[in-house]
Formats: sequence, C-alpha cells, structure tokens
Amino acid sequence: MIEMVDVWKTYPNGVMALNGIDVYIEKGEFVYVVGPSGAGKSTFIKCMYREEKPTQGSIIINGTNLAKVKERQIPRVRRKIGVIFQDFKLLPRLTVYENVAFALEVIEESPKVIRERVMEVLDLVKLKNKARMFPDELSGGEQQRVSIARSIVNHPPVVIADEPTGNLDPETAWEIMEIFKEINARGTTVVMATHNKEIVNTITKRVIAIEGGRIVRDEAKGDYGYED
Amino acid sequence: MKIRTLKRHFVEAFKSMGRNGWMSFASISAVTVTLLLVSVFLAILLNINYIASQIEDDVQIRAYIERTEKPERYDAYKQELEKLGKVKTVEYQSKEEGLDELIESLGDEGEAFSSLKNENPLRDAFIIYTEKPQDTAAVAKEVEKFKFVNKVEYGQGTVEKLFKVTDVARNVGIVLVLGLVFTAMFLISNTIKLTIVTRRREIEIMKLVGATNGFIRWPFFIEGFALGVAGAILPIIVITVGYQAIFDIVNQKLGTVFIELLPVTPLIPQLALLMLLIGGVIGVWGSLTSVRKFLKI
Repeated sequence: MIEMVDVWKTYPNGVMALNGIDVYIEKGEFVYVVGPSGAGKSTFIKCMYREEKPTQGSIIINGTNLAKVKERQIPRVRRKIGVIFQDFKLLPRLTVYENVAFALEVIEESPKVIRERVMEVLDLVKLKNKARMFPDELSGGEQQRVSIARSIVNHPPVVIADEPTGNLDPETAWEIMEIFKEINARGTTVVMATHNKEIVNTITKRVIAIEGGRIVRDEAKGDYGYED
Repeated sequence: MKIRTLKRHFVEAFKSMGRNGWMSFASISAVTVTLLLVSVFLAILLNINYIASQIEDDVQIRAYIERTEKPERYDAYKQELEKLGKVKTVEYQSKEEGLDELIESLGDEGEAFSSLKNENPLRDAFIIYTEKPQDTAAVAKEVEKFKFVNKVEYGQGTVEKLFKVTDVARNVGIVLVLGLVFTAMFLISNTIKLTIVTRRREIEIMKLVGATNGFIRWPFFIEGFALGVAGAILPIIVITVGYQAIFDIVNQKLGTVFIELLPVTPLIPQLALLMLLIGGVIGVWGSLTSVRKFLKI
C-alpha cells in the first residue's frame, strides 16, 4: 500500500530532513508517526502526498512512485490520498457543505454524486445539521471534522493526517480520534503524525518514531515513548 | 472540459471579482488609464502617418524636355521613363497646361502671368510619380541622365527634410505606444497579483484535493480577461466622442486646405477593437503570470 525505500530528503538550504527511510505500511493499517519537533516528521508526511519530492529513494503509494511521478500527474495521485492538517485549511467564505463539495467539484463529479457523497460524509462526522454554516461559526473540533469529511469524500484508500488534534482541547481530540477509528474500520489506511501522548498510549496502534531523519523505532502495538 | 465545469469557472470568476471589489476596481482603473493613453497616442500616431503620406504622395518629379526635341518623339520618351524601376506613373504635361496650372495655383496673383500665354517661357514636361515617395531623389537622378531631359525638379532638399520629419514622427509614436503597452502590462499584472495573493490559500487547498493546474487557472483566466475588457470600455467611449469632436473642428475650421484627418468610421471601430484586444490580452497575461507562482505546491 505505502512503501518507502531508502528515502532521503535534503532541502535546498542544506537541512537534511530524511536520511534513509525504509518503511512498509499495509492496506488498512493505522500508523502513528511520533518524534520530537524538527526530527523530520513533517517532511515524512509531506513526501507521502507529494508536497515534497524526495531527493533520493522511492515512495510507492497506491501503486504509483511519487518520487518519479510527473508534475502533471500529481493531481491524479492526490485524489487517492486524503490529507488533514493541524490548521484545518478550510475555505472561510464557503459553507461546511461547500467546503466538502469542493473536493468533488475539483474532480468534476456530477452534482448528483456530489450531493449524495457530501451528505454521506457529513453524516459520518455528525455535522449534517450544520451543513449551511460557515467555518468561523463552528468550534475547532467541528472545523476539523469538516476537513476530515473533505479528505474522505472521494473515498481515498489512504488518509494522511499531520497533527490533526494539535489545535484542539483534549476532549475534542478524543472525538476526532473516534472518527479516525471509524474511517480506519471501513478499510482506509490512516497515517497520523501526532504529539498527543495520551492518545497514542490509549488507542494503541503501530508507532513509527522518527529522530534525526531516521526511523528509530517501529512497533506494532507501540506507545508514545517520549515524556510529552 | 464539461459544460458544467465551464459554467462553474465563470461563476467563480465573477464571484471573485465581486468579493475583491476594490482590487477589481484598481485593476480596471489601471487598464483604463493606460489604454486611454495608448488610444490617444495611437490616434495621433495614425493621423501623423496619414498626413505624412498625404504630403509624401504629393511629391512628384518634373522632368522638363529640351526645346529642341520634337513632340513626335514624346511617346517614345514617355515609354523609356516608364521602363525605369520604382516608377509608378508618367504623365505628359504640355507647357500650356503647365502655365495654366501655375496661374491657378497662385490664385489672384496668378492673373499677372496671364500675359505670358503668348510667349510661354515654360517647357513641356513629364510628371513622374514613384512607387515609394522615398525613392524620389534616386529616380530623379536616373531621369536626369536622359538626353531629352533639360532639367529635373522635385523640391530638392525640402523633400529629404520632409521624409526625415515624417520618419522621426512615426518612430517616436511607435516607441511611445509600445512603451505604454509594456507599462500597462506590468501595472496590471501587479494589481492582479495582489488579488491573487489573497487567494493563495484557496489555490493551495485546490491543489491538495487534487485540482489540476488547468482547472485552477480557468477562473483566473476569465477574470483577467473580464477585467481587461472592462478597463477598455471607458477609453473607447472617450476616444469615440473625443475624436468625432476633433474631427469636426478640424474639418470645419481648417477646411480641407492643409490637412485632412483620418475618417472616423474605419479608424474608431478599429481602435475600439484593438483596445478590447489589448485589454483582454493584458488582463489574461497579468492574471496567469501571477497565478503561476502559486501553482507550484
């Protein structure tokens, strides 16, 4: 499903973010990516949806090598990967419904399919009754649920989340995790970078720890392993 | 692309113009100001060119025939002249016709020369027009070599100066217009750039959910075109009304004696079309170059 072979990433300013990453993630797995700030977590995540291109090595997702994919093919690749961010990245001028529908409009789905799918995912994240509201009328947790809905609305086999609970209070974070569990239970692979010790230690899943651009730990039922 | 998608692009483009009201206004104003200058300069340039051509077309070579030549040979001579390169037409003018023309051109004072009719001091002549007025001097030199030619007149000295003046006027005009168009392009692309910076986030999100660059560009393309065309409207109105007024004044007050301006009907519609075109192209260019930067995510 996701396979990284000897992935290196050096930024133009000389920062060596990834130094030989090898990892294999099975279809339907749930993986936490942990590690101190500046250890290469973000680069690792960004390489997975091809915001960053590795300097060396191959990253195969859904059968496509992201290290070799042509610029023009990137949109097709991204349609099969849902991405969720710490800061939600919602469009402030669009309603909840429109924000989610946006991901489908962009790939030219028919209005009928758009309506069905959007209502389906809004139901999943329990925001059906707030479809007409704007992002700034929602709480942080609700906004993150909208962004999750957007990321899964075209049924991608992989969902990648970069600190999805980073901006949320603990209680809300748990709610968000319930949704991720639900998505994962439906067969979607989930890769989540996080700093939330409590979550990692409670909802135990595979844990990959990155330090200094290398994988220092990879445990099937791991724990957070850091003090905070 | 599906029709539905195209419709979406149009809706998006016009929505965005509304949301960025002030920026749209600024872009349109920038287009308006520059196109106004361009259209005024272009109208002046085209008229200078037109007037210059009128003057240039009046330049002729008069080749006076030796008095000793027999009129029977004139036809042969005329053919010889016609065979010269760069010659457009050769007309024969008898000395009587020449005198009549002279008297007429001098108006009232010409009457004094009427007495000369019995003792005409002029010579028979060929009047030669060249294909390009600029060739006048060269052709005149050739004509002078013929034995039957006594003297050649073409306004030596004056003609060269005239051509120099008209050439300079044309070149200065072209440089000015090109300069203005380039200024306009930078001004407008900068203004549009500002509206796009505020939409950077939107573009970023579109890219992340898998929009192709083409899909993202379309609304910007439409918006740029609409802004450019909207900016062309005021200049077109001004130039239409203004040129009509100036044309009437020049034609009435100055009469047809000295200069004649380009007629309104072909000029103004052509200028209007050109302004729409320049506006549209500049708008599209401005918005597409600005959006390009943000597509690299």
